[in-house]
Amino acid sequence: MNDMRITNRTIEMNDIKIAAKGVDVFYGDTHAIKDVSVEIQDKTVTAFIGPSGCGKSTFLRCLNRMNDTIDVARVTGDIRIDGEDIYDAKVDPVQLRAKVGMVFQKPNPFPKSIYDNIAYGPRIHGLSRNKTELDEIVETSLRRGAIWNEVKDRLDQPGTGLSGGQQQRLCIARAIATEPEVLLMDEPCSALDPIATAQIEELIDDLKQRYSVVIVTHSMHQAARVSQKTAFFHLGDLVEYGETGHIFTNPEDSRTESYITGRIG
Amino acid sequence: MTDIIAEPEGGDRRKGSLLAQDTRTQKRNAAERRFQIYGMVAVSIAVLALVFLLTSIVSNGIGSFSQTFISLDVVLAEDKLDKTGSRDRTEMAKVSTFGYAPLIKAAIEDRIAAEGIEIEGLTKPDAVISKEAAAQLRNFVLANTDRVGDTVEFKFLASGRIDGYYKGRVTMASAALDRNISPEQLMLADALKDAGALERTFNWDFITAPDASENRPEAAGLGVAILGSLYMMVVVLFLALPIGVAASIYLEEFAPKNFLTDVIEVNISNLAAVPSIVFGILGLAIFINFAGLPQSAPIVGGLVLTLMTLPTIIIATRASLKSVPPSIREAALGVGASKMQTVFHHVLPLAAPGILTGTIIGLSQALGETAPLLLIGMVAFVREYPGAPPEGFFDPASALPVQIYNWTTRSDPAFVERASGAIIVLLIFLLIMNIVAIILRRRFERRW
Repeated sequence: MNDMRITNRTIEMNDIKIAAKGVDVFYGDTHAIKDVSVEIQDKTVTAFIGPSGCGKSTFLRCLNRMNDTIDVARVTGDIRIDGEDIYDAKVDPVQLRAKVGMVFQKPNPFPKSIYDNIAYGPRIHGLSRNKTELDEIVETSLRRGAIWNEVKDRLDQPGTGLSGGQQQRLCIARAIATEPEVLLMDEPCSALDPIATAQIEELIDDLKQRYSVVIVTHSMHQAARVSQKTAFFHLGDLVEYGETGHIFTNPEDSRTESYITGRIG
Repeated sequence: MTDIIAEPEGGDRRKGSLLAQDTRTQKRNAAERRFQIYGMVAVSIAVLALVFLLTSIVSNGIGSFSQTFISLDVVLAEDKLDKTGSRDRTEMAKVSTFGYAPLIKAAIEDRIAAEGIEIEGLTKPDAVISKEAAAQLRNFVLANTDRVGDTVEFKFLASGRIDGYYKGRVTMASAALDRNISPEQLMLADALKDAGALERTFNWDFITAPDASENRPEAAGLGVAILGSLYMMVVVLFLALPIGVAASIYLEEFAPKNFLTDVIEVNISNLAAVPSIVFGILGLAIFINFAGLPQSAPIVGGLVLTLMTLPTIIIATRASLKSVPPSIREAALGVGASKMQTVFHHVLPLAAPGILTGTIIGLSQALGETAPLLLIGMVAFVREYPGAPPEGFFDPASALPVQIYNWTTRSDPAFVERASGAIIVLLIFLLIMNIVAIILRRRFERRW
């Protein structure tokens, strides 16, 4: 890949990191996502909101091709990251997922030590040449995951022994250890208590300085707190997409308004 | 079921005191108590059956681990064993066991005279010694040709009837009707025991010696059968484990879900239920008739048992792969691991305890399997130990369950004891395998 070209293009695209156009997703016969087009900016937090089963998680999983692992799922349309079609036959989803990290709804640390949890990604991608470099990556990742101070004395302890909130921050640290450019978060706080949620939200706010963060959430308050852009999904349609402040204060679509005011969803 | 749709017994039911059970609650509690009693009855029947089985096997078979021996001083007469005086082994090998029998007869007669034993009507005193003794003597002489002419003390096996006499199987009354032994010979045995020449000790030969002929139950051992079974288990382990695990990983993690994989899946489950003798016929047709492998060989037995064990291992492995939470897979894929890295770094270690248990259950099943081995000729009478692996896999051998079957079909009652003893050995092996399974599972199950 010619680095110059990418840089030029990024400037051309005016900070658009992910551009999706006319995306449809089918689960067998079910039409889960209907003609969704959205442009996600670099170094911003974009929130996907909407009632359960509206397709926001499905769309998120299209962005790093996690839907490939579901046999019956079929994705059509055009999704570009930095102008490159990620559904191109030449794209290896494994390489893509190193670039587009993901944090899941339920904290899912590997049943290994905290150190190994973080080090696993860099190891399989060959990001470090020796132990010292790997140690460094682990430390920076844990620091960026805002969990370093809590675990620095017990890196050899199992990651599954941490509390729920710590586990989720560990998972975020694990996701950023592979140096992704985009971070996808699928309801990262739905299994956490309010204090842990607040810590994660603070962390997300920090992360946007380095990454393009896309977060799916049930909680409109969370979307309002952490995101700059919000997309509202309803029954597989992207109903409205725009500035978070605008969506929450002055929605254009009646469905958005009903959802925000608690009448649907 | 009926109580769900039964009509409520009027509105006043709810108004009753909590301290008194209403009829519905009483009925439900009674049903629960009844069910618990059924369960306890079922469990006690099972436990009683097990206890009965074990006590009968142990009480029948424990005797085979001890054996009656008679010590005698034998004069290795040169004029009988080495007429030329050359001490040439090939020359001496021409003297068959029949040539050695008179030496033993002379030895026992000497002993009787020396101890001053006098029993009226005693004929053929050498009948108290096993016929195996002549072979034992001959082997010793051919191995130590320089000892010819000396007097050497030997510990011979007592004959099966004498051994049975001390284990309560043979009595004076039964000996009177027996053409293999007479009451006088039993009296001789008693006299020898008083003189310290006859003793009962632990019988290592039962575990190490090869099988013996119909007429010498006292010499029969499990050596060849244990080796044969061991070789077969090695073959099964090294074939069934990799093939089974690879097949299940592919089917579970990589194969597309379509008609073909569905058919394969159903057939694997069905294969687990195929009678084992069918696998024997298959082995006979494919491995012996078509591939030309030797009969009675552990390699063929191992291959047949591999076919039999594969479905068990595949089903157990797939079940344990399935039980690994999908969140672990997602986590690995999410950080950019390939499918194979996901499986080998994360899924397989978590599934290992289940796979191990399945494998050992499969192996135990294979260890106890008899029917297919009968068809591929492992029921043969084998006295030669199979060689060291890998050539030994192609030598004729027996197997533990087949040896048990073999012994139960023999007429001499001493073989009943041998067969029960062999069952004890088989059960001990199964027990060891299960203990190993438990230990390995504990070790791997350290799930952080």
